[in-house]
Formats: sequence, C-alpha cells, structure tokens
Amino acid sequence: MTTTTRDFLLEIGTAEMPARFLPDVLKQMETKFAAWLEELRLGSTAIKAYATPRRLALLVEGLDASQADLEEEMKGPAQKAAKDADGNWTKAAQGFARGQGVSIDDLYTKDLNGVPYIFATKKTAGRSTAELLEQGLEKWITSLHFPKHMRWGRNDLWFVRPLRWIVALYGEEVIPVTIADVTSGRTTYGHRFLSNGNGSGVTVDLNVPTDYLNTLREVSVLADQDERRDLITKQIEKIAVDKQVVVQIHEGLLEEVVHLVEWPTALIGEFPAEYLEVPNDVVITSMREHQRYFPVTDQDGKLLPHFVTVRNGDDRALDVVARGNAKVLNARLADARFFYEEDKKTPIETNLKKLETVLYHEDLGTVAQKVTRVRALADKIADALSLSADDQATLSRAAEIAKFDLTTHMVYEFPELQGIMGQEYALLKGEKEGVAQAIFEHYLPRFAGDVLPETLPGTALAIAEKMDTIVASFAIGLKVTGSQDPYGLRRQAAGIVANLLQHDLDLNVGILIDFALAGLQEQGAGKLAPEQVKQDVLDFFNLRLENLLQEENTRYDVINAVLAVAEGNVLATVTRARAVMNKLDDERFLPAVESFKRTNNLAKKAQGTDVNEAHLQDDAEKALYKRLLAVEETVRPLLAARNHDAVLEELFTLKGDIDHFFEQVMVMAEDENVKNNRLNLLNRLIQNVREVADFSEIVS
Amino acid sequence: MKKMNFQNMILTLQNFWAEQGCLIVQPYDVEKGAGTLNPMTFIRVLGPNDWNIAYVEPSRRPADGRYGENPNRLYQHHQFQVIMKPSPDNIQELYLESLRRIGIEPLDHDIRFVEDNWEHPGLGAWGLGWEVWLDGMEITQFTYFQQVGSLDVRPTAVEITYGLERLASYIQDVENVYDLEWVKGVSYGDVFKRNEYEQSKYTFETSDVDMLFKLYNMYEEEAKRVIAEGLVMPAVDYVLKCSHTFNLLDAKGVVSVTERTGYIGRIRNLARACAQAYVKQFETEDETQEETAGKE
Repeated sequence: MTTTTRDFLLEIGTAEMPARFLPDVLKQMETKFAAWLEELRLGSTAIKAYATPRRLALLVEGLDASQADLEEEMKGPAQKAAKDADGNWTKAAQGFARGQGVSIDDLYTKDLNGVPYIFATKKTAGRSTAELLEQGLEKWITSLHFPKHMRWGRNDLWFVRPLRWIVALYGEEVIPVTIADVTSGRTTYGHRFLSNGNGSGVTVDLNVPTDYLNTLREVSVLADQDERRDLITKQIEKIAVDKQVVVQIHEGLLEEVVHLVEWPTALIGEFPAEYLEVPNDVVITSMREHQRYFPVTDQDGKLLPHFVTVRNGDDRALDVVARGNAKVLNARLADARFFYEEDKKTPIETNLKKLETVLYHEDLGTVAQKVTRVRALADKIADALSLSADDQATLSRAAEIAKFDLTTHMVYEFPELQGIMGQEYALLKGEKEGVAQAIFEHYLPRFAGDVLPETLPGTALAIAEKMDTIVASFAIGLKVTGSQDPYGLRRQAAGIVANLLQHDLDLNVGILIDFALAGLQEQGAGKLAPEQVKQDVLDFFNLRLENLLQEENTRYDVINAVLAVAEGNVLATVTRARAVMNKLDDERFLPAVESFKRTNNLAKKAQGTDVNEAHLQDDAEKALYKRLLAVEETVRPLLAARNHDAVLEELFTLKGDIDHFFEQVMVMAEDENVKNNRLNLLNRLIQNVREVADFSEIVS
Repeated sequence: MKKMNFQNMILTLQNFWAEQGCLIVQPYDVEKGAGTLNPMTFIRVLGPNDWNIAYVEPSRRPADGRYGENPNRLYQHHQFQVIMKPSPDNIQELYLESLRRIGIEPLDHDIRFVEDNWEHPGLGAWGLGWEVWLDGMEITQFTYFQQVGSLDVRPTAVEITYGLERLASYIQDVENVYDLEWVKGVSYGDVFKRNEYEQSKYTFETSDVDMLFKLYNMYEEEAKRVIAEGLVMPAVDYVLKCSHTFNLLDAKGVVSVTERTGYIGRIRNLARACAQAYVKQFETEDETQEETAGKE
C-alpha cells in the first residue's frame, strides 16, 4: 500500500515557564516523539522542537498518514493440547484463535524442535495516524517531565505551569484533544504585548503546520530558539562595535536569556562609575546572577560602568527600559558598597568569633568546630609533605582564618563569592599574600574543569577541607547513593584526587582519612565505627579513581588490576595504570602475565616472604632468587620515583627464570622446610609484582 | 507618564480587584512581616470554599529599619495582597490590566514573569510562580499555593503581592522613598519618617531584650494553650506576636545563628498546628455551615 504523508504540529501554550527547564525539555520532546512514532510504526522525515517562555512546540514533517498493515505469525498451544483424541479442536485452541482474531479453520501446524505446535497468522490493519494521535496525544503531553510540577484552578493535572492553549494540526486537520479543560484547535497566540494590547497576545489561526514559524513571526514571536540566540548575539555584537566595548557573553547566561524572551532586543545601560570601587567580582555577580545582565569591559578586559540586558520586546521606549534597569542595578550596587565598607571595618577576629554560632551540621557542630578540625588536619598534612617553615606558617594562618568571610555581609548576600571575598578582605586587612591566596584556593576546584591551587599551602588546605567534609559526612551516616549526593561529596573526592595529581603529592588517602577521623574523635563527633568509616571512604575513593581511569580510556581489567593493589595511593595508582596501558601491545606482556599468574596461584599458599638460602636446593630456584634480589635492588629507586614503566621492564626480565623454575623445580617438596621456602620465594616475587598491579585481574 | 500618587495607587488597585469580585478587607491588626501571614490568607486559603479577597498590609521587617536614612529600606513597608481561589485562567491578564490602571503601559516597558518559587518547609507550605520584573525591578510576587500546613490547597489559590513603595517609586520616578507623593502636598516622609526613625531606634537600641525573650515564651505558651482549646483565630494572633517578637530579637543581633533555627522552628510548628486545626474544625462542621462558608 502506498502511504501518503502530512506534516504535524503540536503547540502547547502555557503561562510563563522557567527558562532553566527549557533546554532539557526541547531534547526530551524530540526523543520522546521519535520513540512514540517508532512504537506506532510511523515514519517521518524530520522532528524539530521549539520553545519560548509561553510555548512548547513540535513540528514533525512528512509523517506517514497511516500505519502499514501488519502480519505476524503467532505461536499457540502444542498440537496435543490443541486437539482432543477425536481430532476436534480443544477449548485451548478455540481460545487461542479468538485471542488472535482468526477463524479456527485458519489455524495451522508447524514443528518446533520436532514438536508440532498450532500457529495463527495474525493480521492487524494499519490505523490512521490522525486516529492514533487523537488517542495518544493527551498521554504524551501530560507525561512530559519537568523538574517541578504544579496544579492550578480546579484542575487535578500536574504540569509545569497552567496550560493555556493547544494547537494540534495534522495537515489541515485539527486533532481533537482536551486536557485540563483546554481543547485543541488551530489558534495560537502572539507576543503578550507587541501583538495587541490585552496582555494575552493576539490570536491567530494556523492553516498548516509548516506555517508555524512564519505565522508567529508576524505576531512578534520568534519561536525558534536558535534564531533568538543568533539574533541576541548579533545585537550584542552591534552594541559592542557601536560603543567600542567588549560585552562578556557568558554561555550559561545567554542560554537562560534566550529562554526568557519571545522577541529579543538587546540594549546597553550605565551605572555610576563610583561603584567600580567595589570589587569587580561583586559587581559582575550582581549583574549576572541577580539581573541577568552581561558585563561590559574595555578592550583590555577592564570593567566599565555599563551593562547589556535583553528586553522581551521591540525598540520602543528603550531609554525608559534602560533607565529602569539602571535604577535597579544602582540600588543593588549601593547595597553592595555598603556591605563592602562595613566588612572592611570589621576585624577578621570578629568574623571568626561569629563562626562559633554558625551551625555547620547539627551532628557535626559549628563552622568554628570544623575550622578546628581542618587546622589539625592541615598541620598533619604539612608534616607529611615536609613543607618548608614558611609554607607551614602560611598554611597554619590560612587554615585558621579560611572561613572568616562566611560571616561578612558580602558573602551573606552573595554566597557564591566565598573565598573570593576572603582573599580580597584578607589582603585589605594586612594578611600575607600567600595566606590570602590559600584562602581563595582552598575551595578549588569548585566545579569540574575549574582551576586548581597554584600554591602548596593552598593545595594542602584544599585537601584538608575536603577530606574533613567527606570523612565527617560518612561518619554521621550520610552516604552517596545513585543520584543522591546532596553535599557534593563526589565532587569533593574528585577534587582531592585532582589536587594530589596536580602537585605530584604522594599522600596516602588512608592516612588522610586517619588524620580526619582523629579530628572528629577529639570532638566526640561521628556515629559510626571509625574502621567502618575508613573502609567506606577508601571504597568511595576507589570509585572516584575508577572514574578517572575510565576517562583516560584505561581498559577495565587494567583498572581492576591496579585498584586491587591501590591501598589509598592515588598518585601511584594512576601512574601504574598508565604504565600497564603502555605495555599492553608489548609482545613480552601476555607471556609475562601468564608466568605471574602461575606464580600467584602458588604464592597464595605461602606463609611469608622470608627466603632461607640454606634451604634453596635446585639451581633453578637459586637462579630465580638471585635474579629476584637483583631486580629488587634495581626497582627500589624506580618505585620511589614512581617510574612504573621502568619497573615493568625489570619485572619482564623475571619471566625466563620463573619458567625455568617451574620446569625444573617441584614446588610441593616432601621436606616441609624446602616446600615452605619455595612458596615464600614465589610469594616474595609476587609481592614485587604487586608493586605495579595484580596481574591475575588481566584478561588474556 | 501620568504620575499617580501613593493614595490613588492604593485606591485604584482596590477598585480594580473589587471589580474582579474580590472582597476588600482591611489590614489585620497584629504586627506581621508579610501579607501572607494575615489569617485572611494563610488560614483562609485552606478548606474547600472559594475565596477572593484583596487588602493592603503594612508589613514590619525590623531588621530592615534604617532610621529613615536609607532611600530604599524600610522598617515598615506596604504590600497589596490579592488572593483568588480558584486561580482564574486569565489571572496574568488581570494583573497586567491592573498595572495599566496605575499608569504602567506594558509596551513602554519590559515586563517579565521570572521563575520564583516559594517554600516554607516548617509551615508545610510551598507554591510555584514568578517574581514580576518591571524593567529589571521586582515589583510583584505571584504564587500558586500548592500546600499550606502540609495540606493541599484545593482548588488551587493564587496570591499576588505588590510591593507598593517600589512600584510607586518607579511610577513617580523618585530615587528616595520618602520623596514619594502620598497625596498632593503630603510626602511619604511626612507620614512615616518619624515612625521609621523611632521604630529603628527602638529596635536596635531601646528594646528590652529580657522582656522580649519572656514575651516570646509567653506568646508561645498561650498559642499552644488556645489551640488545645480548639480556638484557631486567637491562636493565630499569638503566633503572629511570637513571630514579630522574634524579628525584634533577631534584628537586635541577640539570637545566634545556631539558636535562630530553633526559634524559627517553634513558630513554624505553631503556625502549622493552627492551619491543621483550622481544616479539622472545617471538616467537623455540618453541611449547612459548610455551604454558608463557601461563596457559591
């Protein structure tokens, strides 16, 4: 049968939706509709979703007008159950035929593995697309998922915002559907204000789906988000050229602004230059986060007293809009300057004192108590890293005051400026530059891909602060499961790993956990047994390491092999994995792995690693022992330098002697002393191998 | 632009919402921080009946007191509060029309409905909606109440809260709130500046902290006792007094951040108890009473 196609348009009109929801909903609509069409066995040539604050739309081009007819072979009961002794159809057979919608005479028999079964050819007539849409649209629309849903009026439906209208057009035909008292039609709405004066926008009828974008454009709505983004970018560029300035386009903000307007017009405004005395970060945060403005700089990146905002409207009375926006920004910056001046007057010690009344967590005490724990932890890290006296002093002071900015007015108003204001204020109050920098750095990295600390004291403090958070959270039973990670512990653990790698710090995670646990115990905090907490946190770090290695495209068995011997050594685990990956294609690799595996199997029976030369009898075992001693001597400095590539080279040289040993020597000798000595020799060898990996995990 | 004075702005809004079928009620005579806390809102949106009202609410925020010296911050400001239950389909259009009546022509400005959700976990209350921006300035809170006192608000009510001083500052184009024209020849400062100064001085300097802590406890006890007697409205009065007393203590800086959570929690528990007692009382009323309570 030849199938014709028509286009389909669905537009869901709503009260203003949150801008942050829309990028995800656009993707969701396209994938969900494609999946639905596949389920319905309907083809189409293009599916495209559009969104503005007031509408979600889907334009499907070349949608088949009906399903193809379907013929399926359906298996029924076995023949012996389908016919009775007299050869008459049984109830079971009759039921089967009825269920498949075929006449009992159309049943036929086919052998399956030598057993005869009853079959039917089930025919399903293809249904028309209009009918399928009519039947399924309500469910499709109401099952769209948003981060938050609500109810309104007397309706029981939960949806993103109140539903206002629905356009459902298949070709020229309206697909009838009624949801929450809204019935579909061909009528859409223009821009709230630009299209007419009543606040809801002018109504306009659509004849066919493909008229959608153009018809809406005529009533001042740019329904295509990509078109709005391009237009906004061009408008901003034009302002930049006209005014000889640079407008800082933050991608996340641009995306939000795209979804806040239906008809964008960018405009530039200004604020009094005196507010530039306030730290730039404060001014920029105020503009971006609170007002959704784009900051403006000169060609050298120096902040200028201007802002760019995007209005949902045309260029009428732009001066009024610019002035209104400036007025709001002025009030905000006036507040910010007031906070800045007040904060400058307050000594650091006063801010610190207030931390004693700020609750960190009800089971973990105040922020001041956290500071005490982090200070102790930082001191121990300083010792473990043998920091210079200067760095120790910097770290110690930084750890003491790192959180003071949490009780400043500015961070109370702008929480995202924690650390940034700490650095700024610390310098103003005469702290050393290194201390101020460490205060900023101890929050790093704040997000994936963020900068990392440059200084050692900043790095040590960042590690201490994060390790305390992780261990303390685990100690009171807060666990990370699936999507549940309210305190961002995964990010914190990944942050520690990144910090260790950045500065090549050979700090064992297990030891760091012990340090953190000691701090908690001193304060009597924590609910779970310390041994349990330590194991849980170590496992948690292994998962982070696994992720990191996966991101480096490490083969899964290599990951398992190095994690099996990780024991909290982050740095070594990463270089070990890289070394093994480098050798995967080496012709010596798999044969050596086989020898190591064989050694490992016997080594499990050993009681220790001490080898008594007096009990060595065969030449082959003497030779192996001699070679082993030589290898141990060579790899010791290589291990200290974490040159695992070279260590592997050395380990490969053992293969010949191992194989020779297994050919010549009967390990399970009758003499207990000889047997145990041989097992110990093998065990000692495998302990050396385990300095790189547990090769029994390698899949050959 | 025609510059409407403060008094006419209020009268215009009252008339407009009266035309839409709202009862115009008067401010509630107990101190409170927001129009939502008026029992005409936070208690009366509960229950199955329709409820359409509008009122001006003087709202006290002691911590925002600035001795009458700050051009934007006030110890007491005014909210214009509208509740419509069930929320009408054209509520946004009605709201925009109300702006036009007080002299704000949308085409000459940039008006946006920007996501803003309201949540009061202790009160078991939450709603979704917007803050309305006029050229970047937040002038109104617009909330569809979903739950109050952990109880579904059904039908759903919509709350519109206009910040009158902000709106007036914009309409009259003045930088300083005290320069607003209340009526011709009388400024906002003439009416309220002295009050702002004295209330700020009282809040930050003169108030008797020991007495306030005692009052807090007494109000709390009385609220509990009265709820136990099944009297919701008098209990609400004491909850409001408790809340305002706490705000005075908080503004004076005598409540540490750790203690704060506890004091706020106690008020929320009381408020929730009131909301739940109100609905319970409603459920036990007989059918005739229920019908007269409803407007339809």
